[in-house]
Amino acid sequence: MAATRVVVDPVTRIEGHLRIEAVVENGVITDAFSAGTMVRGLEKILQGRDPRDAWAITERVCGVCTTVHALASCRSVEDALGISVPPTAEIIRNIMLTTQYVQDHVVHFYHLHALDWVDIVNALKADPKKAAELAQSFSKWDKNNTAYFTEVQDKIKAFAASGLGIFANGYWGHPAYKLPPEVNLIAVAHYLDALQWQKEIVKIHAVFGGKNPHPNYLVGGVPCSINVNEVAAINMERLNLVSQLISQADEFVNEVYIPDLLAVASFYKDWSKYGGGLHNYLAYGEFPTNGYGHPESFKYARGAVLNRDLSTVFPVNAKDQQEIKEYIAHSWYTYDGGNDVGLHPWAGETNIKYAGPTPPFESLEGFDKYSFLKTPRWKDNAMEVGPLARLLVSFAAGHADVKETVGAVLGKLNVPVDALFSTLGRTAARGIDAALAMIWLKEFFGELMDRVKINEVSTFNGEKWEPKSWPADAEGVGLVEAPRGALAHWIKIHNGAIDNYQLVVPTTWNGSPRDAKNQHSSFEAALIGTPVANLEQPVEIIRTIHSFDPCLACAVHLYDPQGRHLHQISFE
Amino acid sequence: MGDTIWQSMQKKGYSRRDFLQFCSAAAVAAGLGKSGAAQVASAFEKKEKPAVVWMHFQECTCCSESFIRASHPIVADALLDVLSLNYTETLMAASGFQAEKSLNDTIANNKGKYIVLVEGAVPTKDGGVYCMVGGKTAESILQTVAADAAAIVAWGSCASNGCVQAAKPNPTGATPISKLVSKPVINVPGCPPIADVMMSVVTHLLVLGQVPALDDQGRPKEFYGRRVHDTCYRRANYDAGLFVEAFDDESARKGYCLYKMGCKGPVTYNACSVVKWNEGTSYPIQSGHGCIGCSEAGFWDNGPLYKHLTQFPGFGIESTADTIGTAVGVATLAGVAAHAVVTNIRKRSVIAEVHAEDEKES
Repeated sequence: MAATRVVVDPVTRIEGHLRIEAVVENGVITDAFSAGTMVRGLEKILQGRDPRDAWAITERVCGVCTTVHALASCRSVEDALGISVPPTAEIIRNIMLTTQYVQDHVVHFYHLHALDWVDIVNALKADPKKAAELAQSFSKWDKNNTAYFTEVQDKIKAFAASGLGIFANGYWGHPAYKLPPEVNLIAVAHYLDALQWQKEIVKIHAVFGGKNPHPNYLVGGVPCSINVNEVAAINMERLNLVSQLISQADEFVNEVYIPDLLAVASFYKDWSKYGGGLHNYLAYGEFPTNGYGHPESFKYARGAVLNRDLSTVFPVNAKDQQEIKEYIAHSWYTYDGGNDVGLHPWAGETNIKYAGPTPPFESLEGFDKYSFLKTPRWKDNAMEVGPLARLLVSFAAGHADVKETVGAVLGKLNVPVDALFSTLGRTAARGIDAALAMIWLKEFFGELMDRVKINEVSTFNGEKWEPKSWPADAEGVGLVEAPRGALAHWIKIHNGAIDNYQLVVPTTWNGSPRDAKNQHSSFEAALIGTPVANLEQPVEIIRTIHSFDPCLACAVHLYDPQGRHLHQISFE
Repeated sequence: MGDTIWQSMQKKGYSRRDFLQFCSAAAVAAGLGKSGAAQVASAFEKKEKPAVVWMHFQECTCCSESFIRASHPIVADALLDVLSLNYTETLMAASGFQAEKSLNDTIANNKGKYIVLVEGAVPTKDGGVYCMVGGKTAESILQTVAADAAAIVAWGSCASNGCVQAAKPNPTGATPISKLVSKPVINVPGCPPIADVMMSVVTHLLVLGQVPALDDQGRPKEFYGRRVHDTCYRRANYDAGLFVEAFDDESARKGYCLYKMGCKGPVTYNACSVVKWNEGTSYPIQSGHGCIGCSEAGFWDNGPLYKHLTQFPGFGIESTADTIGTAVGVATLAGVAAHAVVTNIRKRSVIAEVHAEDEKES
């Protein structure tokens, strides 16, 4: 059989605009091309602005990963100016971020990923009574009863009769769907429950940040003040609300999400053989417990694992110009120093030059450059980032709580640790990540209450708020281990204004095109070797790509139409 | 296809009483008050579940995320019972050409009857190559879906005003929807808009079959007719001259007015301080940060976030954006003499003092 080029565009149930082209020979993917097809130019827009405003602008990089860019931006400015954040503010930031992990992962599992594994139409064949018995066998969730599953099935039945709306034209009935009807029904019911629940947990963001999506952040701390004797501040009513939302979230994660994940995964163990992709993993680490300047205090370790060798964790330094570099050999950009060089973000150039086909087009075949994403490398290695990467780095670094939770999930699935290096492993890792974030969210809230009790409630360090207290030139890096993986913002400040601003985000690591040496990035590497049963319904491609939880708006944001070096541009 | 909403509710086993209760809730959501329930019930009995497509262009998906935070009705009920959302890249099951089929079928089968919701701006520079879906430019897709649409809603500040990608120097030529289509567009600005505001605009269209009353910027008056400042619970502090002077100072811990911290509430038309966010949980000012004015056109270029306004149009609480035109705040900049403030506030002298301080500093 000749090679066929399978195109999936739009890849839906992700954030942003992604195109996948896969070459399939004899039913197996032999090559793949991952293309980001939208660009906005935010780094250019940031130049000349007040560094204290950058969190708000960069937060708008992404509304799915809301908060993470705001935090990375605040940290980059604080790093540049030598601002330390009060411990209570650090705890509130940790609460905000763990909340984001939990909400984001649940929404990804049910609303962005589940329909790759769960056949909604097949759920109509389920026996609701059997579904209830099955669900009760692995979960104490009180809605898992016959009446409820009957109600949901009736809803879906009526919905199917009226055309299926957002579920229309799915790959329903494809032989790759392996779940019994009862498990499909349980998952569909919890899809609806999760949709209703996710709007609750984000109220934690509204309490501390005023709204969600896009809560407010602040360089030097957090904007909310704590005063338990005042109605117009964070007081007992607000803290009680947060406490209750955390309890609800704890129940949802541990009685719905994790049990469903294990139940679904147990029918797809063959997917621990596919989608492994790269053998290198990078994590910046997260959740400071003793100040952001002390990564050894982090819940998740910072470091790199190479060749899947969990005996060694390599240190990572985002400020070292030899470590992280971005390439454009196959991206719609040019570099003054040539097509094949790599540049550290401090020295970054962003001269866009679209060199793809004139739209409308059918294929990117034959175009050497094929994406708006640049290609980042760590010491010239292609690296996977995300929940799997951070679990592996912390596992290798010997973090006991991480090892214990990973071990428990692998034990329940009865698979070896090697099973993690796969599409299934990536999806399971996200669940483990949410379970850990849930544990830590409770811990951070406990610490916040402890500080409130002793009236250690300062939430803002204003010593260097005024630009006149800043040096003429400063530079900093803000690292965040975001739900989707390693995120970094690099800032240069000159005379109180942003001189240069660069972001390298998780989906840029994972979804970028190949580099100058033709090394694939994660998406492409993970697709190669995967069988595709039906070229018209490439559910296998979607499964592996979704296992990364792509976020394209984050990944593409660079553009300078004049083709000048960003750091040389001044702003009137 | 083809069921009225009442028929589809009957099929799901709802009683007439359930139905009327639902209509009553929908009426409240649509701003009709409980007496509007009969009107709503009759609207539901006559109408099929309308076909809706949700387009994604230059955006960050915060509007989609906000929409799923809606609480009345919750989004699951809206998706299953109120509308037929046949295309949205964020949630739809189909990918690739099957997704495009869902879009094309909806257009072909509902000519003149479907509703287009647009999230994101459209880049127009260089032939539109800065946003492409399925190998086609955002601009060409927009023209195709808009041609036979019954109504077009621009979600959020990106689609309404261009938002962040249109901030200076607008590298990709990001353009609001209303400048690209020849039909009227309902603008629902905000970054993102409030979830229940979005749901209410949709139900206003679908339940009443009417375009809500709009101001001259195409915004529903229902939600964009009042300034955040005029409806803010901290307004009394402003009138009394009680201001936060620094984040987390004693005044911040007492919840005083954030005007001096750069709050853009005085020049921002939105429902934040009335409807509030996330089922009424809070809004930016309540949680200690000034309003950044995210629902106003060009707000990213309206001065730094933490510089307070030196002037804003002086008008009473009854005025709206229609009568005074676009409210534009001017932030204080070093070297610029502070303007005399003209407002309806009573403590004019206190505000004047603030500006005297500015002049001293600059």
